[in-house]
Amino acid sequence: MSETRSEPGAAAAGTESMRIVGTSPAHHDFVDKVKGSLMYAADWRMPGMLHGKVVRAMVPSARITAVDTKTAAAVPGVVAVLTAADVPWNHIVERASGGLGELSVSMPVLAEDRIRYAGEPVALIAARTPQAAEDAAELIDVEYDELPGVFDAEAALADGAPLVHDAGNTLITWNIGRGDVDAAFASADVVVRGTYRSQRVEHAYMEPEAGVGWVDTSGVITLRVATQVIEHAAHLAAMLALPENKVRVISSYMGGGFGGKEDMTVEPYLALLVAATRRPVRMVWERQESILASTKRHPFTMRYETAARSDGTILAQRVDIVGDAGAYPYLSARVLFAGAALACGPYRTPAASVRARAVFTNTMPSSAFRGFGAMQVTLGYESQMDRLAAELGLPRETVRERNYLERGDTIPTGETVGTAVAVRETQRRALEALGEPSPPSAPGRKVGRGFASNMQPYGRTIWFRDKAACWMSLERDGTLLIRTGVTDLGGGQAASLCQIASEVLGVPLDRISIHIGDTQLTPLAGGTYATRQLYMSGNATLQTAYELRDRLLPVAAEVLGAAPESLVFAGGSVSAPDGGTLSLAELVAAGEARAVSAAHLGEWRAETGAFDPDRGQGHSFPDYTFGTHAAEVEVDTETGEIRVLKYTAAHDVGRAINPMRVEGQIQGGAYQGLGYALGEDVPVVDGNPQSTLFAGYLMPTSMDLPDVQVIIVESGEGKGPLGARGIGEPPCGPSAATIANAVADAVGVRLEELPLTPERVLTALDAARDATPPAA
Amino acid sequence: MRVELTVNGEPQVADDVWEGESLLYVLRERLGLPGAKNACEQGECGSCTVYLDGTVVCACLVAAGQAEGAEVVTVEGLADGDALDPVQRAFLDAGAVQCGFCTPGLVVAVHDLLARTPDPAEADVREALAGNLCRCTGYEHILAAVRLAAERGGEGRS
Ligand code: FES
Ligand code: FES
Repeated sequence: MSETRSEPGAAAAGTESMRIVGTSPAHHDFVDKVKGSLMYAADWRMPGMLHGKVVRAMVPSARITAVDTKTAAAVPGVVAVLTAADVPWNHIVERASGGLGELSVSMPVLAEDRIRYAGEPVALIAARTPQAAEDAAELIDVEYDELPGVFDAEAALADGAPLVHDAGNTLITWNIGRGDVDAAFASADVVVRGTYRSQRVEHAYMEPEAGVGWVDTSGVITLRVATQVIEHAAHLAAMLALPENKVRVISSYMGGGFGGKEDMTVEPYLALLVAATRRPVRMVWERQESILASTKRHPFTMRYETAARSDGTILAQRVDIVGDAGAYPYLSARVLFAGAALACGPYRTPAASVRARAVFTNTMPSSAFRGFGAMQVTLGYESQMDRLAAELGLPRETVRERNYLERGDTIPTGETVGTAVAVRETQRRALEALGEPSPPSAPGRKVGRGFASNMQPYGRTIWFRDKAACWMSLERDGTLLIRTGVTDLGGGQAASLCQIASEVLGVPLDRISIHIGDTQLTPLAGGTYATRQLYMSGNATLQTAYELRDRLLPVAAEVLGAAPESLVFAGGSVSAPDGGTLSLAELVAAGEARAVSAAHLGEWRAETGAFDPDRGQGHSFPDYTFGTHAAEVEVDTETGEIRVLKYTAAHDVGRAINPMRVEGQIQGGAYQGLGYALGEDVPVVDGNPQSTLFAGYLMPTSMDLPDVQVIIVESGEGKGPLGARGIGEPPCGPSAATIANAVADAVGVRLEELPLTPERVLTALDAARDATPPAA
Repeated sequence: MRVELTVNGEPQVADDVWEGESLLYVLRERLGLPGAKNACEQGECGSCTVYLDGTVVCACLVAAGQAEGAEVVTVEGLADGDALDPVQRAFLDAGAVQCGFCTPGLVVAVHDLLARTPDPAEADVREALAGNLCRCTGYEHILAAVRLAAERGGEGRS
């Protein structure tokens, strides 16, 4: 498959057809997982380990007047109590916009004088037992003067609203625009409008935030934590005022992350306690603490106006998005950028004017969550497409087909779509798979169908100049060792890399070992987020494997007396057309004899570009994954309950490296999207979360939803290794709009606010009844 | 207090157990068996599912004292060395594992379900597993694993 490679490397030698890529082998970590022997972050123990605890403020907006730690420090078993004064450099820095105009706002590691959200860390405790830490936490006495707060993003925009930060409440305003929008609206046959709202959502990974830290040889502060991003080690060094080579972060295999372990969670607190006590410390957040204080998905308010011709052709869109950033910046600037860049969805929009603002409130911070701003806007643009179809009396499919992007089209950022766009095929197949319509199961119940297409970037915003490295060595016995700084969220990130290396070097999977996520022992790969890991590390692994093979090819050719391009790497050996073979162990030895190393460090750099925030034009993301979901629902008009009867999900993944895992990603993503559509919500009233119990958070169980029928489309074209596209985030995008559209089809009423609870359905039905005069 | 119990066939003693300590804590923190996971400590997720005297329970809801003299089997007790239990094998083969944090609890729950009902109907499986949350998979591959294990029936360890 050398023709699909993104980098010129070896000659045609090797792998004419895929042997390993495209199959679904179980990897070693999965065996450990079913046995219960995989050591997650909280499972790690160290001799003499202390237990760390964060003491949090329980008011949303206040000035701290005094913190008294004396009684807490006197609790037997307590080894350290730290407050802001003990932090060498008390800042957590995020420049999520990459210097494109966000407010400069500092986030303290531990609060100094101000509290900006309920749950903000104020002090840290390390104790010999978890109970002692718990008891001491109760005895930390913080005195506050409560201040007025602002708890809603739109209220925070109003003149005279209480300021969350002195610098202002608007973290950033993005404008993206092209074409003459006003002229397009003036010439339009039809304009449809809608205001859509999404809610605050909990990642609810099953593994709460956790880690263990210790001081290692030569004084290196070492943390083994559940994190998507080991590169935070550099931030930790700055915080501790240590050189960067004195802080090491190791990522354990995670019990889910979904973006929630992309920012630091336990790391700064652990690092401080380890540095202060010089002893191993463990910190594990309880579920309630996790729900209270971890970052959430941004609630969005999205105002859409779409102008079109009578045949359904879109002329222009105006979109205004307000995202609730919570109390601190984290990655909000980038999330809102993605929302703005993707606001018009997979549709040709000749003229567009999009504004997206990230706004501070006195609530827990919002940040990265699977879909990253681009998923929230799906409800907006896909509700608009249905509205447009209804307004024009055209089929919903037709309106979309008239406008779907094609390769070569220009999107609102001014960029050209460079790879295949198979969104039409995903729509056709998702709808086809719904099969025959179901009849309602009882009077008073109505069945309807809906679908939604989406477009989700994979890879980082490209002005960040992304890169990933991989260090690969064939050992003397012919086994392969891969070292790379990726982190594994549970999506099989490490396993996919093994498959890619196996494909190129012909090392059987059971002879490959991979060491991941360690800032001091693995070359950095950038974190696992933004659906970038297959794109980045996959390409890095592919390129490193090709380069290593290229280096060893002449050696093998010489030993086997065959032309290099005729050799095949497979089954643990290299074979020549005449039947001669050389095992990989022999190849390594032959290389050694000729001073040719069988170890190689490769680096892969993504394409780069720049974005001009003033013109609202420029480069945004490397590429996109397209898809369509479709559903049949039954709505009970008495109770407002929505039952999902059938659900299909089609995505173009370019090429499926491991089809079973791709299917699993799509099913799991669609389920998260459905939970978001139907019930998940973290209500915060006046800055106080209404429930931090798992029981109060309604995510789907095995009883609640039908199977998701997955359709994998392989256009063969993507910018990942071997033509793959990222599939981590895309499948959670279309679900909410799919269900909203199906409900509208069933009962003739459009819901604009998530989640689509029975109460909201009933309210909307009542409103519609009141608005319609009774039939004569 | 001291708690004596049998875990995965081995007699075990836990000392200095404090008032209100859970069986989950004893297993994970005192006996070095971190297979059962702590994901909520509220009886809401099933990640901590173990057998207590032959019945599956949420170990986070069982007081350590209640386990005095009991026979406990955890996920670590299901495989025989490298030979996986058929349920574990089915989870692998059906792709029912992603992050794996829910897996130990689910493996024990499914093991129990199939021991009681070797050929369960789909609706019964869904109901039996409704107390085990999984945030990654959408459950479908887990249900497939149950079917696979049921089909393979008495094939034994692999
Ligand atoms: S940890 Fe026991 S049910 Fe969640
Ligand atoms: S596999 Fe991650 S929670 Fe189930």
